Amino acid sequence: MVRTKKITPWLYVIPAAFLLFFFLVYPSINTLYISFFNYNSEKFVGFKNYLYCFANEIMLNSFRNNILWVILFVPLTVALGLIIAVLTDRVKYESIVKSVIFMPMAISFVGAGVIWKFVYAYRPASAAQTGILNALRSFFQLEPLPWLIIRPWLNNFCLIIVGVWIWTGFCMVLLSASYKGIPRELLEAARVDGATEFKIFWKIILPLMKPTIAVVATTMTINVLKVFDIVYVMTNGNFNTEVIANRMYKEMFIFRNYGRASAIAVILLVLIIPMIIINIQRFREQEAIR
Amino acid sequence: MIKKLIPKISGIPLHLVIITIALIWILPSVGLLITSFRPSADVAASGWWTVFQHPFNFTYYTLENYREVILKIGIGKAFLNTLLITIPATIIPILIASFAAYAFAWMDFPGRRILFVILVGLLVVPLQMTMIPILRIFNKLGLAGTFPGIWFAHTGYGLPLIIYLLYNFISGLPSELFDSSSIDGATPFQIFSKLVIPLSLPALASVTIFQFLWVWNDLLVALVYLGGTPDVAPLTVRISALVGSYGQDWELLTAAAFVSMILPLSLFLGLQRYFVRGILAGSVKG
Repeated sequence: MVRTKKITPWLYVIPAAFLLFFFLVYPSINTLYISFFNYNSEKFVGFKNYLYCFANEIMLNSFRNNILWVILFVPLTVALGLIIAVLTDRVKYESIVKSVIFMPMAISFVGAGVIWKFVYAYRPASAAQTGILNALRSFFQLEPLPWLIIRPWLNNFCLIIVGVWIWTGFCMVLLSASYKGIPRELLEAARVDGATEFKIFWKIILPLMKPTIAVVATTMTINVLKVFDIVYVMTNGNFNTEVIANRMYKEMFIFRNYGRASAIAVILLVLIIPMIIINIQRFREQEAIR
Repeated sequence: MIKKLIPKISGIPLHLVIITIALIWILPSVGLLITSFRPSADVAASGWWTVFQHPFNFTYYTLENYREVILKIGIGKAFLNTLLITIPATIIPILIASFAAYAFAWMDFPGRRILFVILVGLLVVPLQMTMIPILRIFNKLGLAGTFPGIWFAHTGYGLPLIIYLLYNFISGLPSELFDSSSIDGATPFQIFSKLVIPLSLPALASVTIFQFLWVWNDLLVALVYLGGTPDVAPLTVRISALVGSYGQDWELLTAAAFVSMILPLSLFLGLQRYFVRGILAGSVKG
């Protein structure tokens, strides 16, 4: 520890503490408060905004879509990240492949939205297809599909693919580091004992990587609950692709209903709270080890 | 040696799987890049892959799309805005966070632990929880729609992760360093500026890249606090507006999108090491 006067630590911490309070703590409490008021925060309305959220069809649709995102996006990113991490470990050009997979992390979701909107581009069957997916379909004599319009499963699935394309690299980096931490002698010993690669993966690699997989999965769950940019850019929630965060943005900026928008934000927070608790517990455990 | 012992997990299929995955991953971006250099008539008439019939015939490529988006559609201005937003919104929080991380790691003060636990909790608070109250205050103070407003917003939002990452690094420096410097009569600030900052450069590089990319690529915070006026709107806001108004002009959309990606991509390719290190430090510590 550095020896200091009593006041010194505060001089170092206060700028940060003030900004954290002003931009995160205070507004969160205020948002909770105004979620019980009407659109311009003048009249107390009790739980009316919350009741609206759980009765309104588009809101219910958003919940359904967010659930769909969680149950497809999280396993897909984690599984793909794991598979790519383990497979590329065996080839010489590992770093090139990993760079390619990781690259989407560097660009904006808006940029990714443009990239993939072009992949899904659709024109009537009479015109030349310029989107690669529909060009492939034409090549196999199939009708072109308006991927982003066919509701409710195909278009949502197409959006989720974009998210997977962006985030798999992140999962891969974390899982790869964890995989490389497994002592090679352990795997060798299993191989010498005649275990198949498949069995080694399920019985040794996977259990050893479980803590990392859990961390990656919770991080992905938090991300996906907040998903906004992809949907905003590609469909703006039309054709049954609405999600909670985009709905909140619309209530705030298009309909100017601050009460409802706040209630939606609170619901989003409540969905994420279990993840916050996991985060804090993990921090406590780390501190205990230190 | 060990590599030789590992039985080739059926060689060729392995390579095929890996290369297929890599190709699928990179193909959409290749399509974007090629389309952005094709004349608009070609883009409307045929798919981007048709250029591979004559890949080196440069009469099939043009810079016209870039000229148009940068000069006429305002992407040049938006690029400048993004820079003006991103640079201060990267430097300010890192400066403030370094001081705080140092204090959390090596100074003793009442409430240190509880403050840090709160910080860890704040890491995952969705920004949506904060936007309406801050927007109201910004409107009152005249900060909405201004660069200083969004600098502060990004500072507040970036602090938890930056402090957390820097804390992890700084608290891991050997404690003898601090004990002996304290005894030698160095002031806390001297220890900070002469010892902690130079030793933390790798970690500072990681968080700088993180924060830079996060602000550069941000859409939501800019939409809420800056709005869509071309004077201040960054690339992400302008491009998402273009997707609505130029929906079928792919040569323009792709060129605009590529302009927004050039800097982050070069940063990423040049400093990937620090980026990866930052991700590892942030998520699987301990």
